Amino acid sequence: MAAKSDLPQGTLDLLILKVIALGPVHGYAIAQRLQQVSRDVVQVPQGSLYPALHRLENRGLLTADWNETETGREAKFYRLTRKGRAQLETESASWDRLTEAIGLILGMADAEGGPR
Amino acid sequence: MNWWQRLWQRTKMENQLEKELRFHLDQHAGELTARGYSPEEARRQARLAFGGPEQFKEECRDARGTRWLDDLFQDVGYALRMLRKNAGFTAVALLTLALGIGATTAMFTVINGVLLKPLPFSAPNRLVTLQEKTDWTNQYGDLWAFAYPNYLDCKRESRSLDMAAWRYSGGTVSGERGAEFVDGYQISPDMFSVLGVTPARGRAFLPEEDRAGATPVIIISYGLWQRLFGANSSAIGMTLSFEGKPYTIVGIAPPNFRISGDEVDVFTPIGQESSEDIQMRDRHPGISVVARLRPRVNLTEAQTELTLIGRRLAIQYPDSNKGRTFVADPLRPDVGQARSTLWLLLGAVVLVLLIACVNVASLLLARAVSRERELAMRAALGASRGRLVRQCLTESGVLGLTGGALGIFLADMGVHQFVAFWPGSLPRAEEVHLDWRVLLFTVAVSLLSGLLFGLAPALRAPARELEKLLRAGTRTLAGSSRRLHSGFVISEIALAVVLLVAAGMLVRTVLRLSALDPGVKTGNVLIARMALSPGTVTDTAKIRPAWQNVLDRARSVPGVQSVALVDTVPMREGINELNYSATPSIASVNDLPNALATSVTPDYLQVMGISLLRGRFFNGEDRAGSEKVVVIDEVLAQNAFGAQDPVGKRLWLPGTSSPFSAGTDAPDTVRIIGVVRHVRHWGLASDDQAEVRSQLYYPFAQVADPLLRRWSELISIAVRTNIAPLSVVESLRSQLRGATGDQVLYGVRTMDQLAGDSLAQQRFLLLLFGIFASLALLLACVGIYGVLAYLANQRVPEIGVRMALGATAGDVVRLVLRDSLAMIFIGVTLGTFAALAAGRLLVHLVDGMRPAELSTLVAMISVLVFAALFASFVPARRASRVDPMRALRQE
Repeated sequence: MAAKSDLPQGTLDLLILKVIALGPVHGYAIAQRLQQVSRDVVQVPQGSLYPALHRLENRGLLTADWNETETGREAKFYRLTRKGRAQLETESASWDRLTEAIGLILGMADAEGGPR
Repeated sequence: MNWWQRLWQRTKMENQLEKELRFHLDQHAGELTARGYSPEEARRQARLAFGGPEQFKEECRDARGTRWLDDLFQDVGYALRMLRKNAGFTAVALLTLALGIGATTAMFTVINGVLLKPLPFSAPNRLVTLQEKTDWTNQYGDLWAFAYPNYLDCKRESRSLDMAAWRYSGGTVSGERGAEFVDGYQISPDMFSVLGVTPARGRAFLPEEDRAGATPVIIISYGLWQRLFGANSSAIGMTLSFEGKPYTIVGIAPPNFRISGDEVDVFTPIGQESSEDIQMRDRHPGISVVARLRPRVNLTEAQTELTLIGRRLAIQYPDSNKGRTFVADPLRPDVGQARSTLWLLLGAVVLVLLIACVNVASLLLARAVSRERELAMRAALGASRGRLVRQCLTESGVLGLTGGALGIFLADMGVHQFVAFWPGSLPRAEEVHLDWRVLLFTVAVSLLSGLLFGLAPALRAPARELEKLLRAGTRTLAGSSRRLHSGFVISEIALAVVLLVAAGMLVRTVLRLSALDPGVKTGNVLIARMALSPGTVTDTAKIRPAWQNVLDRARSVPGVQSVALVDTVPMREGINELNYSATPSIASVNDLPNALATSVTPDYLQVMGISLLRGRFFNGEDRAGSEKVVVIDEVLAQNAFGAQDPVGKRLWLPGTSSPFSAGTDAPDTVRIIGVVRHVRHWGLASDDQAEVRSQLYYPFAQVADPLLRRWSELISIAVRTNIAPLSVVESLRSQLRGATGDQVLYGVRTMDQLAGDSLAQQRFLLLLFGIFASLALLLACVGIYGVLAYLANQRVPEIGVRMALGATAGDVVRLVLRDSLAMIFIGVTLGTFAALAAGRLLVHLVDGMRPAELSTLVAMISVLVFAALFASFVPARRASRVDPMRALRQE
């Protein structure tokens, strides 16, 4: 739970879009993948994924179908729309620029302060 | 999916949401079980990792973007449940609203039909009427009917307007089924195309039919077609005898086709009119012109062009057209006096609606106060202030709309009554019915009323000092709503005073006007318009004997005492004004005084029962060739001669308008032979305010021969009977049918009816204002009772203390009544000012009204104060019976 507040505003959406970009996937799998890929660093209550998914769907970034899973149960699979893909690209780009900038600033501080 | 699909599939979406979340939990639990957890433990772990499902469901619903609709649904459902639970409150509130909204809707339905609906022509906003305008003004103003040659010139030269002309031309239609008089218009052939209307059958006139000597063709109304031909299509091509001349029917007008005012039955080509005067530019009979703006032309451009044409004609025909131009105005339905009456009534009805709203508001407020704890509880559970206000407004909106729906039913019933009761015939009555505009209006009014009466209680909803509210008893909350409640009572009383005083003024007016002496003895007098046989009027030599014959035959009818002919009948539509001069030198006709001129036969005085004050009235000796004589009324005598005896004196009548001669400009000298009592020619209500009141009678026998035909078309027959006047109508009709059987009586009225009609507007307003004022009084009393009962109830503990300390029942009654008296006093004071202002409006809009007299004010206000005190006495009594012990224990 504590990680929830650590997650910067808007990043959950970006992460979700990124995960879904790999192919149609249902909510539970998204939650699992987020945890695995981030090596448990990103920890949000799994339920909070769903309001985000529905919001993205409502904004037309995602679309969803009901399909059978490999175990034969019906689940709601999310896919990126064209708009979603574009959004992912612009957001990842701006995220990259941001992290690069932050990295630069942090690196610069290191260089000036010297080894402690 | 758009929002309404989402709304539509709400249940489905709920199910899917449920299923999606369950899948997540099941899947997680399944995996954990596979890793060796016990099924219960796996479930618990999965739920822990997931978080609170209900909270996320809510957030998902929010994410859908239809949240406000979901809330609305919820609120409406809640509101309906609340209303059902409080059946008594709901019934009173709905009834009040239904009455208020129903009355307002009914009035708006009429206004919509009569005043607001566009004319039933295609693109009516492109239609204009044209008039001639002079750069000088006389007592008739500066706008004039078109001269036909001017119309033809304008039509030919205009590039911006398509024009059509029409002119009244009623006449006798005769056939095997007897003769009847019908109204008709002469129209130019393009009338139908200019208005954008197509005939129901057959065709419009052709341009070549629009000239003298062309084949006589006629278009008949849909109604006449049904009446005479049983709606048979073979009527086209058949012959119809109109004014004794055979016409070929070429077309049937569409149903309800009206060019202006009432539906007329026959249309003939205006170009076939053979009389010479229609071809003149001055002293012409006058025609009406309607025109359609051509595409991409606006009114200003058309007006500029008309002015230029006018200037050119003024140069070409200086004698008639100097200083004369043409003006275009948007075509509007001609509804006469109905406009002011209708707006006045809508105003009155809105006052009733306001009272109804105030009433419901005070009911709701009383309930809101007792519901304050419920609202505080909901706020404590997390409802935002906005959410609570919205819920309260939803409740009043639901109440308003339900009241509105009931109101529409009431309005639908009321409108028919209204139209039926309208004095005379309501202009455009055929357009009056409920339509989308009315429904839109009602929905708007309902919601607005809902907002109005829901706002005060809703704004109390904010959960300020929450926990104090929750801890406190209801008693401590009452204080803040007190002022609001008093405000409600005060405004109700003020509104009721306005309506009551208006009704009181109308009562006074109708009583005063009914008691006036009309100057004629109206009992047992029958009036009917009369058209001589078409074969007679075309031959001047036959006209006088024909009228003499009419008089003789009418006198022979059993029950008839005396008979006279008259052109303009008192209190009926139609007047004839004549300039006169008391000196022989006439400088300018426009500066001369005017008199209402009436041409009559000698028995007129006897038939009408008008008193002769001096001299004598006409007799058989006053005929063509003998000395020209007139009889004047006391008003003209006073105006022209003051205290002198006018009998034997002379008057000079300008040649242009004198009926004694035609075609000369030399004034006629006439001798005054008698003075009679003034007759209220303009009607009981309007005569006092009329600009021209002087009256002058002249013998029909002395009307100049060239004018005889035109005069004959205006003549009515007046009959005094010694039995019920309407019972002689049939025998008169058959006696007067004439040798050829095509002389007809039409427009039959009794003088009593005409006198009654002249007060009809006042009576009608009185009836409706009476109803509205009673309704307002009743609603205000219910409101006062409700508010005082509520306030007194809030004060029970206080009253208990007072009584425990020794106050008597009388003290308590006084305590409560003092409150109500204060409210009544303020309400009456404010109401009186408003009533005086409203009274001024009434005086301005209704003939014969006088400003509110003190006695009217006192009487109407006493009625209100008495009723209000009575309404407050009941709760006061109840308060005085409070048992102090129980009241104190209630603390």
